[in-house]
Amino acid sequence: MSETQPILECRNLCISYTTRSGEVPAVVDFNLKVMPGQGIGLVGESGCGKSTVALAIMQYLGSNGYIKSGEILFKGRDMREMSEEELRSIRGSRIAMIYQEPMASLNPSMKIGEQLMEVPLYHEDINREEAAQRSFEMLEAVKLPDPTRIMGAYPHQLSGGQQQRVVIAMALLSKPDLLLLDEPTTALDVTVERGIVDLINEISAEFGTSMIYISHNLGLILDTCDRVTVMYSGEAVEEGTVQRVFTHMRHPYTHGLFATIPLPGTDKNERPLVPIPGQLPLPHERPQGCYFGPRCAFFEDGVCNGDHVPMSTVAEAEGHYVRCARYADVNWEDHDHEAVATKSVKSGKTVLQVEKLKKYYEVEEDPFMAMLSGSEARQVKANEDLSFIAREAETVAIVGESGCGKSTLAKVLMGLEEATSGRVILNGKELGKTDVRSREAETVNSLQMVFQNPFDTLNPSHTIGSQIGRVIKKFGIETDKNKIREKVGELLDIVKLPREFANRRPRQLSGGQKQRVGIARAFAGNPSVVIADEPVSALDVSVQAAVTGLLTEIQNELKTTLIFISHDLSVVRYLSDRVVVMYLGHIVEQGETEQVFAPPYHPYTEALLSAVPIADPEVQQKHIVLEGDIPSSVNPPSGCPFHTRCPRKIGRICETDVPPVKTMEAGHKIACHLEDDVLNGMEPVITMPDDAGEAPQNAEVG
Amino acid sequence: MTDLANKPYPPAPGFLKTLISSLSLLRESPIAIAGFVLIFGWILLALLAPILPLYDPNIPLEPFKFPGAAAKDGGTYWLGTDHKGRDILSRIIFGAQQVLVWATLATAVAYVVGMAMGVVAGYLGGWWDEAISFIANVLLSFPVMVLYIVIVSYMGATGLNIVLAVTFASAPGIMRIVRGLVLDLKTRDYVFAAQTRGESTLYIMLIELLPNARGPLIVDASLRLGYTTITIAMLGYLGLGLPPPDPDWGKMISEAQPLGSFAGYMAIAPAVAISSLVLGFNLLADGLREISMKD
Repeated sequence: MSETQPILECRNLCISYTTRSGEVPAVVDFNLKVMPGQGIGLVGESGCGKSTVALAIMQYLGSNGYIKSGEILFKGRDMREMSEEELRSIRGSRIAMIYQEPMASLNPSMKIGEQLMEVPLYHEDINREEAAQRSFEMLEAVKLPDPTRIMGAYPHQLSGGQQQRVVIAMALLSKPDLLLLDEPTTALDVTVERGIVDLINEISAEFGTSMIYISHNLGLILDTCDRVTVMYSGEAVEEGTVQRVFTHMRHPYTHGLFATIPLPGTDKNERPLVPIPGQLPLPHERPQGCYFGPRCAFFEDGVCNGDHVPMSTVAEAEGHYVRCARYADVNWEDHDHEAVATKSVKSGKTVLQVEKLKKYYEVEEDPFMAMLSGSEARQVKANEDLSFIAREAETVAIVGESGCGKSTLAKVLMGLEEATSGRVILNGKELGKTDVRSREAETVNSLQMVFQNPFDTLNPSHTIGSQIGRVIKKFGIETDKNKIREKVGELLDIVKLPREFANRRPRQLSGGQKQRVGIARAFAGNPSVVIADEPVSALDVSVQAAVTGLLTEIQNELKTTLIFISHDLSVVRYLSDRVVVMYLGHIVEQGETEQVFAPPYHPYTEALLSAVPIADPEVQQKHIVLEGDIPSSVNPPSGCPFHTRCPRKIGRICETDVPPVKTMEAGHKIACHLEDDVLNGMEPVITMPDDAGEAPQNAEVG
Repeated sequence: MTDLANKPYPPAPGFLKTLISSLSLLRESPIAIAGFVLIFGWILLALLAPILPLYDPNIPLEPFKFPGAAAKDGGTYWLGTDHKGRDILSRIIFGAQQVLVWATLATAVAYVVGMAMGVVAGYLGGWWDEAISFIANVLLSFPVMVLYIVIVSYMGATGLNIVLAVTFASAPGIMRIVRGLVLDLKTRDYVFAAQTRGESTLYIMLIELLPNARGPLIVDASLRLGYTTITIAMLGYLGLGLPPPDPDWGKMISEAQPLGSFAGYMAIAPAVAISSLVLGFNLLADGLREISMKD
């Protein structure tokens, strides 16, 4: 049978790095076949070797990385045997790569047009006019508005989404056979991400380009790829078509991975997420036999820790491979992770009340220039007229994309910034205008924060114990040295870390462990309100599940109010009781979680919901793509802040008048000009398989 | 819970253990070890000076003896004697005491002043930053040599005035480094965490910020100790060094100069001493930088 030749093939690829502690095998026995026009997904958590594979394909492994054995065939030719000259002509012309950070991929001192034209000028024999024409057409193809302006712009004059489109245009200019995408949308907001993902899909259909799409986000893989390879600790553990792997996964790791993502239907109390126990082994500490063995529920002595487990074909499905010695013994349909349902805690009295809160920043302009131009100081309206409450033991999520003012709100609440006007009342005390240092100790205790970046949240110079101990001492909970040590130990127990960690320094901890210490620190003073600013967004999914689980558990026990700031609607739906949706400093919608996630929606919430990638092929999702980017808060649109991108804009009124806040049901408020019957007539964005019968006709599978 | 979980965790390792483990990091760089050995050799000689079998460095014995010449009392002038008949080896070793003490003290004082200026300018910003940066720029715009000579000749040549001169000349540079580091460090979440629990400004500066600036500062301090050694030698050479009769390496060179080439041995020994100590500091700085880059 004459098969078409694969564009790229990796055969038994082993890649190692040389480091201080000797040779580190980063990728072991890796196989991959990319057929023309195919999209291959590469999924895994950080440290699993997925980016190393991409770098090896580009032959960019750096000075200390090398291909130990195996081969990489590009159209049947081994890339390792090509000369530097040949490789250069292949890179960027036959194989193009798109990286995570668009700004880092563009030269900041060159105009976009020049950078684009370089590609055909270098790889092909054409003149500048033709190159300019091609670049212009390509900018149109990636749907950038006003290509003429963009050709003459510098990278910093474009938004992140536009920059990534330029990078994609640049990659496509040479009409490559293979496109390597390494987390191309991770740095972007969800609504912008949705546009890029759609663009990638259209391109692969239109140009017939093969793709290798690297991501940690299973939902995005489902949206873009035909086949998927799941990687764990440097090797592929499961491979097959996306539909097959996502519905009938056979490897315990893949199974565990899906149990850790907050898919629709999970619930923090009734169906909590199940974290994978243990940690990813370091490359030189990989166990004998199956690398996943020590963390696996189906581990069997003698079977799983013997010889290295080979990839085998799943009996009932052609083209589905799994690296598990026991996959046939386990009845997957029956098996459900032992999710332990917990009782939900009733929310109590109002603890925190925010009333008409405003925060404006003055933009500092050169006073001399301001005098010349006669302009007054400009203001950034970070928060505009915010009102919401949070009750005892309740989780209130504040959702929004970058620039929506959610971090400013956190700063005002914490007393690091002073409110311009409005009130913040905590346990009956007004705080909006008091700086953190002039607050009473009791108030400071009762309002604490968990930070986003695990690598920044702890001071690298001090031990874990002394950092938690300092909080205990500062808040006057204990003063005796031994009692403080005892209390530190108890707190470490609560966040499920060994007590010996008290003597460790932050660099000896993993990201998830650091975040646990951050949680211990925030809860040390028995606070009544904890503000968590994106506490899990920098963590791997399996670690996310453990950390969110921990937060819920402590919260239930201590009846703490949690203000959960996030851009990730999946986590928000899973974790929160009430949701506040923000856009450009305004609250556009708020209500109980079920109310916000079901119609009627604010048009922005509707778009946000449809943009979230969901890693479940059985869930139906309506498809709404917002145009353009989020406007700058220095110069916000008049009237409704969302009118520039709103797909349901009704006319002039949206541009001139600030929309009224309508109460749809008890506690469910939407700020929109749309008539009540239009709002009430909206269809649900996400449809679960159970009630698929009622799914609207025009809904596309996302 | 197991029994183990309820036990308090063991106390943190002591200072000595931490010091030894930090020193053992030096193994990773041969350059750092070479520098450390040079410096440690000088420190050892300086410390042991009182109990080593040396002549008194300030008592005239026999003038103009060449290195290796036999002494009247049966001993040997290993490095010869100078024009006043003082034993050069003894003056070198006792001079090491002087240079090590004053260089360390001067650098330490310069660091205290420079770090205080830097952390205030960097953390408080605004008006503080403007004022401190202005002062630093004025001081930096002075030719260093002129600054030294003005201070020491005006205030008199004493050890404390040398410390003062070095502080004036070095503190602005240290301030700039610290300010830059603090500007970066103050945006970290752990600083916000300290602010949100109402820590005082002083606490944040001393406990949260400065310890994290130590990496680049240790490298810089090692280099600066080298510069200060040169400065002290240079001031001694110009006759602005430590008051006589205490031995001073710089002064030993200047004393040899008018005597012509026949007295070359009198200059070579202190010159080698200065170079080897400065080289030690520079090598250590290079090695430390190499080690910190690796991590």
